[in-house]
Amino acid sequence: MPYALREAAAAFRRTPLLTLLSVVAVAFSLFVVGLFGLTAHNIRRAIERIEERVEVVAYLRDDASEQQVRLMQEEMRLLPEVLEVRYVSKTEALATAVNEMEEFRDVFSDLEVNPLPASLELRLKPGARNPASVERVAKSLRAYPFVEDVRFGRDWLGKIVSLRRIAGGAATIIGGAFAAVAAIIIATAVRIAVFARREEISIMRLVGATDAFVRRPFLLEGVATGLLGGVAAAGLAYTAFRLVDAVLIRIEWLPLPWVVAGVIAGAGFGLISSGIAVRRHLRAV
Amino acid sequence: MIRLTSVQKDYPRSGAALRDVSFHLRKGEFAFLTGHSGAGKSTILRLVQMAERPTSGEVRVSGFSSSTIRPREIPLLRRKLGVVFQEFRLLRDRSAAENVAFALEVTGAKRSAIPPRVNRLLAQVGLAAKARALPDELSGGERQRVAIARALANDPVVLLADEPTGNLDAWAARGIFDLFREINSMGMTVLMATHDLELVRAHPEYRVIELSQGSVVYDSRALVTAERERV
Repeated sequence: MPYALREAAAAFRRTPLLTLLSVVAVAFSLFVVGLFGLTAHNIRRAIERIEERVEVVAYLRDDASEQQVRLMQEEMRLLPEVLEVRYVSKTEALATAVNEMEEFRDVFSDLEVNPLPASLELRLKPGARNPASVERVAKSLRAYPFVEDVRFGRDWLGKIVSLRRIAGGAATIIGGAFAAVAAIIIATAVRIAVFARREEISIMRLVGATDAFVRRPFLLEGVATGLLGGVAAAGLAYTAFRLVDAVLIRIEWLPLPWVVAGVIAGAGFGLISSGIAVRRHLRAV
Repeated sequence: MIRLTSVQKDYPRSGAALRDVSFHLRKGEFAFLTGHSGAGKSTILRLVQMAERPTSGEVRVSGFSSSTIRPREIPLLRRKLGVVFQEFRLLRDRSAAENVAFALEVTGAKRSAIPPRVNRLLAQVGLAAKARALPDELSGGERQRVAIARALANDPVVLLADEPTGNLDAWAARGIFDLFREINSMGMTVLMATHDLELVRAHPEYRVIELSQGSVVYDSRALVTAERERV
């Protein structure tokens, strides 16, 4: 095992309390970032789920021929915004209505003529779930002479879009602040660990160790502290997730790339902070 | 081996620490650097280690010049210098042997070569039996012996000592000083800063460079040379 690696490992053995404290400080600061990420991710998913329900419905006149409707369906499928087109016949519409509105069941079953129109239900692609795209699709639908009416939740859609914008902005600001606080805590923890070994650094310099040689074990130690803290933070966040999911509300766990990025960021901060801290001591001798 | 030529060292806040200091220490020579505290002894030792550069003048040590040395060459110079301090400066969480081994490890010595070398060094300073003791378990004199073993680890050509007996009782101090003499007798150049005038007077055979307010006020070299010639 090369010297730097042995030395970094020895640091964990020689000053277990200080090392443990650094790891815990890093773990908790990243845990807070993780909790925030978990919240932000689930809010985003909730908004996405609402957006998935964005639908444009075209009600068709009874005199629309089967061929006309089929042609319209095909043309609609070609629009870049459209994900899926579904034809709902008069009979289906009535069945749905009977099912969904139990209190009117008798009214519906006594009918001699089905009053409900056939319709085309269009679901939009994720990028097109905004007022402008919906409006465009609605306009194309209205162009067909046998379309009676086009419905979509315009006001509701606008609100979702602004909610998404506010949530996104808040997440960036609050998340940025949390990440900055975590970075400061990591830097401080690593700096204390390096400071505790300033005598060692000055003796290394005294006996003729090169700067790179002095730096290496500290950089490794910084990375290890960040990495261990990051893994511990991920574990804590996962425990919190399981707890909330089981006891409070159903939520989703973070996407794996986020978790990996968090742990790598911890290690990266550890590396950079120890690099800066050691440089300060190298300059001093 | 060590040559200071018209060395001036000014500090921005406290002013001149050294004024026009010149002396030449030859290979194998033993010299005391004396003077009151603040006279400039430690400054000279720092300049010799190239931890600082002179404001003007030149410090030459074992082929390196303060005017031309590059930062990455400084570790190479330091490997040719063994340094011992009044406060020992041992790593408290490592045994005597580990403290000595440390100097070898961080300068890239071959791993298998380290333990036998550490044993030899500890034996040389008379501490073979206490290799595994932590500094806190050793007496002052013993700690200084560990520090000397560490200073000798990389086969230096010069031994610098900054008040090495300052923290020791008279008996331990004599032991340490005898060790320095022994090391010098094997050909090592020794520059020892001390304000222990009794020790200096007791050894007129060694050169004395006395500093006062940053200037050399007395240098016994001529005297020593004359005496050696007579012997």
